[in-house]
Amino acid sequence: MSVAETLTTAKPRSGRAISFLFFAIAIALIVATPFLPNYYVRVINSLLIYILLGIGLNIVIGYAGLLDLGFVAFYAVGAYSYALLASPQLDLHWPFLIILLVAACLGAVTGILLGIPVLRLRGDYLAIVTLGFGEIIRIIINNLDWLTGGPKGIPRLDKASILGIQVARPIDFFWLLLVTVLVVGTLVWRLERSILGKAWAAIREDQDAARGIGINTTNAKLAAFATSATIGSIAGAIFAASQRFVSPESFTLQESVLIVLMIVIGGIGNILGIVAGAAILMLLPEVLREFAEWRILFLGLLMIFLIIVRPAGIVPRSFGPDKLIRRLFGK
Amino acid sequence: MLGNLIQQTVNALTIGAVYALIALGYTMVYGVLRMINFAHGEMFMLGAYVAFLLLSMLVGDVGATGAIALTAAFVIAIFLVGVIGVGIERVAYKPLRNSTRLAPMLSSLGVSLSLVTGIQILAGPQPVAFPSFFPAVRYEVLGGTVSAVQIGILIAAFALMFGLHFLVNRSRIGIIVRAVSESRPTAQLLGINVNGAISMVFFVGPLLGAAGGILYASYYGIMTPTMGAVIGLKAFTAAILGGIGSIPGAMLGAFILAFVEVGGTALLPVVTHGVLGTEYRDVLSFAILILVLLVRPAGILGEAVSEESIVYKREF
Repeated sequence: MSVAETLTTAKPRSGRAISFLFFAIAIALIVATPFLPNYYVRVINSLLIYILLGIGLNIVIGYAGLLDLGFVAFYAVGAYSYALLASPQLDLHWPFLIILLVAACLGAVTGILLGIPVLRLRGDYLAIVTLGFGEIIRIIINNLDWLTGGPKGIPRLDKASILGIQVARPIDFFWLLLVTVLVVGTLVWRLERSILGKAWAAIREDQDAARGIGINTTNAKLAAFATSATIGSIAGAIFAASQRFVSPESFTLQESVLIVLMIVIGGIGNILGIVAGAAILMLLPEVLREFAEWRILFLGLLMIFLIIVRPAGIVPRSFGPDKLIRRLFGK
Repeated sequence: MLGNLIQQTVNALTIGAVYALIALGYTMVYGVLRMINFAHGEMFMLGAYVAFLLLSMLVGDVGATGAIALTAAFVIAIFLVGVIGVGIERVAYKPLRNSTRLAPMLSSLGVSLSLVTGIQILAGPQPVAFPSFFPAVRYEVLGGTVSAVQIGILIAAFALMFGLHFLVNRSRIGIIVRAVSESRPTAQLLGINVNGAISMVFFVGPLLGAAGGILYASYYGIMTPTMGAVIGLKAFTAAILGGIGSIPGAMLGAFILAFVEVGGTALLPVVTHGVLGTEYRDVLSFAILILVLLVRPAGILGEAVSEESIVYKREF
């Protein structure tokens, strides 16, 4: 690094130290995970699933500025796709990758079908319609006993395998989830910086102005909704494969709200913020085990506090992955 | 047959009255702030819990209480929840008034979550038996049974709604609230105390919601910390159905929704030959919500809500 560069980057030195620290923790965690007991690997796996869900929902909330409170419905679509296509329930045993593809398509279609009627409307109606939609999906799953097993759920799902390699142990799913999070995260991050991402930002900041400069706001919002639903559905399929059991209990309204909470606390519109939010959401109950029931109360109050005092969240939008890379590797 | 019809009508009216009390809060808040208050369903829940707490403080034994204690508990509880509503607005929504549209909604989501978990921690997550506020008397009317609870709910709800109608249309406070609802900047320019009007809305809305909660809990004899969520969503559906921002619309929407729900629940298994049972009642309400938004998003008595309308503009 030249002297001039050192001078220009002198100010964020502490920021740089923190960046290195977090990067080191992340690398250490990834390296250490294979040697951890299964319990902790499972905790890290659910952390990664929450990150994946957060990345998906963040497209709608953080990029396009729409509130989706039924996100868990897409998660359920993915999970039940795997459960029905790879279990004795319908006696279907499709390969994992095919189901992942089917789940992604189903998620996108569901997202578009739900989006078409509501995205023309005012943004805040979307919140309530998605909330209703999430409940509809949950009630249907709960009552369609012949197909979904009702409240008892679907047990004994197949062990997943990818191209002949079996994915069954928690550590296998750790690698699968890590790769998925990295791939999806990179794609979404690039998407945010694409022309579509800029259209989303324009809609978020001022919808009328966005329309004024010729953005088809309905289509752009629909694209955000479909992408987000696809990611949610993929997360659901992996979740079902790793649990090898699905039931409606995993897809309640509170789950949707928790994902929103995680995004808002971590940093709305920023993938690094989602990682921070997911870490808080998952690690808090591990640290404060005696106060487990206080966790959600604490998170709710923290969210109100942050929205008022620091609306950007813990990691603000301006500190994105590109900035982290610049801090870490100079230019 | 006639008896059954009468009974179902009274059932629908009772549920509709409760929906109306909650829907009014949503519609009034939306009218002045253009904000969906996700914590409003929790005011409904809080009403029942505060009334229960007051009763146990007033008389100790909740089971056997006199009419005076019950009335006192009802009145004090709804006023307390009204004050709580004003406090929540001051702390959680007022600082966000010039923020994005998303911020107050997210804040209200946080309030809702905190209140539900708070009550779960304080009172336990399990359902609690709620004392009846009315004598357990049943009347036979043309073959149908109508209970005193239902009559009591109808009288109380209509009295409150009439009071609100008087407050909004005939009083000075009502003129101020309506002016702020019409256009906040103009009202401000005319020297109207906008903050006062907003506080008033956040007092009256939760007060009516709490009354709904007490009546509902005493109708079913039970209360739970999560009772506000689904009812809140249905009341919101009613508010949209009637036209959000419109006070008569909220009442109309609530009764229509209740009739569709009661009628649908009775007819659904018959029409579909038992394929869809009564457990799809909630699906029916949400399907109505989506249908209304598709066909007539302005609702029955509401203003236009397509994005082209000026309402969408960020006025504040």
